[in-house]
Amino acid sequence: MGTGRNRMIIAVASGKGGTGKTTVAANLARVRGDVTLLDCDVEEPNVHLFISGEPQGEPEVVSLLVPEVDESRCDGCAACSNFCAFKALAVLDKRVLVFAEMCHGCGGCARVCPQGAIREVPKRVGVVETMGADGVTVVQGRLDVGVAMAPPLVRAVKAHIPKTGDAILDAPPGTSCPVVATLRETDFVVLVTEPTPFGLNDLKLAVEVVRELGLPFGVVVNRADSSDDRVATYCREASIPILAEIPDDRRVAEAYSRGELMVDALPEYRPLFEQLYTDIVRLLQNPLIAGVARASCPCFMGGTPMPRGALQGPHC
Amino acid sequence: MKIAFSTSGNDLNAPLDTRFGRAAKFLVYDTETQAFTLVDNTQNMSAAQGAGIQAAQNVAAAGAQAVVSGHCGPKAFRMLSTANIKVYTSNAATVAEALSQFQAGALTELTAANVDGHWA
Repeated sequence: MGTGRNRMIIAVASGKGGTGKTTVAANLARVRGDVTLLDCDVEEPNVHLFISGEPQGEPEVVSLLVPEVDESRCDGCAACSNFCAFKALAVLDKRVLVFAEMCHGCGGCARVCPQGAIREVPKRVGVVETMGADGVTVVQGRLDVGVAMAPPLVRAVKAHIPKTGDAILDAPPGTSCPVVATLRETDFVVLVTEPTPFGLNDLKLAVEVVRELGLPFGVVVNRADSSDDRVATYCREASIPILAEIPDDRRVAEAYSRGELMVDALPEYRPLFEQLYTDIVRLLQNPLIAGVARASCPCFMGGTPMPRGALQGPHC
Repeated sequence: MKIAFSTSGNDLNAPLDTRFGRAAKFLVYDTETQAFTLVDNTQNMSAAQGAGIQAAQNVAAAGAQAVVSGHCGPKAFRMLSTANIKVYTSNAATVAEALSQFQAGALTELTAANVDGHWA
């Protein structure tokens, strides 16, 4: 499956937790093969429960540079604390207090200090581990216990995206900084949701994030049944393609609870994931979605991919 | 001495806010003049992080030597200790009630944070 580019980066995300991001990401990787699967949910990586394999090399320790103040040079001018947007430094009675756990590692405090009293020292935040199994390379970040700063570790995981060859990213749940760090500079986002009021509410939040980032995306509905069509209605009205529907099948949950991949335990689901991959490639081959189409084209609808068959423009 | 009470209101009859960092304001009462001033803390109500740190800076800048609130987290406590500001907790309904508890010596001074931080 060529995309005309030398690699394709697909992120699997969702607003709501527990909708099936890892299920979609891991099964997609399995049917694709020869792919790097990156677990960017560094607070709770779980891809390894389904695809693990032999560790490749030692875990890579990831650190963040945080300020250390030389009190003999500091005159308490508060330039650093005034600069810091995250309250990682505070000045009281001409004394600087450092709250390293708040630091995002931008290095600004050291640059603005007129006394040169601040140097940056590494503070460990977690590790990146690489494993390989059956053509799928799994890279996962694991944040240290007690550390709240996930984005730097997410970026360290993403540094393992290969220069050539496809990559699939399993994003953290939600719509906050670790998710944005995961989604940035990907080619396509699969938003996994479920047909419930909570699934729909959080899908809408995720759609806002993905649109803000200007990324092409589509939706996968997991645990689909016919009782609640609000997600389908929303997607239709917002011109968001539903790429796949995974049925509400108890056997899928049973396989999951045993740590088995759906496509291994229930091979009849293989075509669903193969088709999903094919559809993503097809959407990305569309010049509109690839970012070369113009807004004057009749198929242009706010930059979001149109449902299959709905693209009518001259270059579609 | 000046005592800072966390509150959502504008006078002594206002409720005592049990939160320190994310209280809307501080009523700073001067026991010598028996007058008070209000210190705005609303910039913290929607802060992503560091509300306790900023609130501590606000009460320190107001010249308070004591804080009366419902709770105090680890980072705010470290700030207040550095500034030599004593921290007392109270479950009083109003600032006036907390003030009389304070003046009656009925409040115990915190020697460490009494709640966990919200971040890390």
